[in-house]
Amino acid sequence: MSATLSASTLLAVPLAPLAGSILAGIFGTAFGGNWIGRRLSHSLTILGVFVAFVLSALTFKSVAFEGARFSETLYTWMVVGGLKMEVGFLIDSLTAMMMCVVTFVSLMVHIYTIGYMEEDEGYNRFFAYISLFTFSMLMLVMSNNMLQLFFGWEAVGLVSYLLIGFWFNKPTAIFANMKAFLVNRVGDFGFILGIGLLAAYGGTLNYAETFAKADELAKLTFPGTDWMLITVACICLFIGAMGKSAQFPLHVWLPDSMEGPTPISALIHAATMVTAGIFMVARMSPLFELSDTALNFIMVIGAITALFMGFLGIIQNDIKRVVAYSTLSQLGYMTVALGASAYSVAVFHLMTHAFFKALLFLAAGSVIMGMHHNQDIRWMGGVRKYMPITWITSLIGSLALIGTPFFAGFYSKDSIIEAVHESHLPAAGFASFAVLAGVFVTAFYSFRLYFLVFHGKERFDQNPDAHHGHDDHGHHDDHHGDHHEPHESPWVVTLPLVLLAIPSVIIGYIGIEPMLFGDFFKDVIFVDGEKHQVMEELAHAFHGSAAMALHAVSTAPFWLALAGVALSYYMYMINPALPAAIKSACKPIYNLLENKYYLDWINENIIARGARGLGLGLWKAGDQAIIDGAVVNGSWKLVGWVAGLVRWVQSGYIYHYALVMILGVFVFMTYFVWLNK
Amino acid sequence: MTLTLGHFLSIGAVLFALSVIGIFLNRKNLIVLLMAIELMLLAVNMNFVAFSHFLGDVHGQVFVFFILTVAAAESAIGLAILVLLFRNKNSINVDELNTLKG
Repeated sequence: MSATLSASTLLAVPLAPLAGSILAGIFGTAFGGNWIGRRLSHSLTILGVFVAFVLSALTFKSVAFEGARFSETLYTWMVVGGLKMEVGFLIDSLTAMMMCVVTFVSLMVHIYTIGYMEEDEGYNRFFAYISLFTFSMLMLVMSNNMLQLFFGWEAVGLVSYLLIGFWFNKPTAIFANMKAFLVNRVGDFGFILGIGLLAAYGGTLNYAETFAKADELAKLTFPGTDWMLITVACICLFIGAMGKSAQFPLHVWLPDSMEGPTPISALIHAATMVTAGIFMVARMSPLFELSDTALNFIMVIGAITALFMGFLGIIQNDIKRVVAYSTLSQLGYMTVALGASAYSVAVFHLMTHAFFKALLFLAAGSVIMGMHHNQDIRWMGGVRKYMPITWITSLIGSLALIGTPFFAGFYSKDSIIEAVHESHLPAAGFASFAVLAGVFVTAFYSFRLYFLVFHGKERFDQNPDAHHGHDDHGHHDDHHGDHHEPHESPWVVTLPLVLLAIPSVIIGYIGIEPMLFGDFFKDVIFVDGEKHQVMEELAHAFHGSAAMALHAVSTAPFWLALAGVALSYYMYMINPALPAAIKSACKPIYNLLENKYYLDWINENIIARGARGLGLGLWKAGDQAIIDGAVVNGSWKLVGWVAGLVRWVQSGYIYHYALVMILGVFVFMTYFVWLNK
Repeated sequence: MTLTLGHFLSIGAVLFALSVIGIFLNRKNLIVLLMAIELMLLAVNMNFVAFSHFLGDVHGQVFVFFILTVAAAESAIGLAILVLLFRNKNSINVDELNTLKG
């Protein structure tokens, strides 16, 4: 393959999953008459994603090793004034990496779904949705302009909505998908304001053209204020990222999104969609670099998310929610790295996290299947004997997550911690503390989950609500026999686990040198070396992957992680009575965590109720009183009143008109003859 | 005593005032209204003739002939309308003719 990329090949990457999605979605459901069965439906969609994956891998090869680049507009949608709305692709190392991650994880999830959704009635619909998601996400990452980015952004949001509410008979799922949709609207509002500002002042939606004007934009101030325009635009864009990437305080939708089936929790709510915000900020790095204020803001938000969402993971009992909070926390880490101008580190963590978090979610799903759809970790324990493959892969995932040296997560997370440490922004002090403390918290809740599920006494026959309650499938399946023992999942489930476990171990070791310190991202991610020297200092301290791992033994994060693991081992294996004692001793803190810092309460009672009150006020006072009462009804009343007055003058008697005429003549004559002399 | 221009203008003014009052006070008959209008025109004619005589300019008397013709035509049309009106309404009472009212 030559070092050039052809437009048709690239076009095939997103269109293959779209074709699969349309076929399965229309002909595989009642909508198109159930033409194609389950087997054909999953074969078609998997084929589509497989084609996309192979083409992405080839693209990656020619981008990474042969230096190929592609930046072209393929189609002009419309031109409004000077503003062009186009569809085009920008393929560089960042895009190629994202394409590979998205298609690989998506392929794994497709295969996994065959096993996980086996008994579900919406089998074909599910495949149609996840293929549609793959298409949308690819459009998002491959875009060369902000409008197409926004299209992909909204499309993944839509699929996320559809999939969270996949079991639409379940009220909690419907509540959760509505919540996700609404919270994302808040973020998207900021996002589109940011795009609008850049388009208004830059005059273009294209990335390259906008970046070329970055220096001009940096000199402008926001009209009517002395704020820097670029700061306002970047913060608006980042608010979009906060919605999509679930950053505090717009994170509330992500834990609830676990109402959806587990495969999409892995694909959408852990590995790919939620990282769209991180990707977007990295893509827009030439703009974000210009505003230290925006970077500080990003860092603070990221640090809050990284630490405080980790705390919530500690007290959760639902296996998926623990992993969901850990996702929030890891997204916080990525955001902190963005704030520290270490965009490549954030993207690197995005990649490693995609693999090990997808692995953890799929492993959690496998455990849920093995436990006959019980998700409560208090009623698990000792599962490792029954589910060996799930056990080993979960262990690998957890080790990668907590940053054990040589595992993927170690390289990316340690780099983030180092980067924040080196940063000189005012927010770096707090962020540095938050990410360090986060290491301990992450290790603690990860291994709490691990020990409770895979080790210890077998507690699955003690579950008080085994036959109802935490039924992941919304409908009751035929598992209700007298056998309560867990069972290992079929090969379609374990194969993706194994295939994801491999990159979770090695990708960091291989990837760190070219991605962080080589020139992989050289012409893609822009860092202002004069102001932000984080990457140079990191590179200065880096002496090869192996040396970094060995050196880690003498650094704080390693010991903090180890302490977290040890503490969880003590609390959940040696002295299981301790957690309950701590819980009753620290009741207020426990309550605070149990209620998720009362954010849901605030949202529902203050923000939602306030918004409803405002709406009611505008309806009653604005619409009914002013518009309907004064403007609409008032105008006809005024006309009627004036007409009544005029009608009285129009008596219809000729002599009245004549009198008026005569009087008029008299007045005029008086004026002209006497007064006007 | 000699007749001056003032006397003639006074007659004209009195005639005009009478006709205006005739228009306003007349609540009964449309024919009276038409007559009042004729009277008004005659008052104007009186002025024209008076000025013509005293200022020695014959143009004023030419105008009088014009006005007389127009007045004759106007009363002919007015009476024709009046006949039609009576056929339709069975009345020429001014107080009942208020169809112009909005």
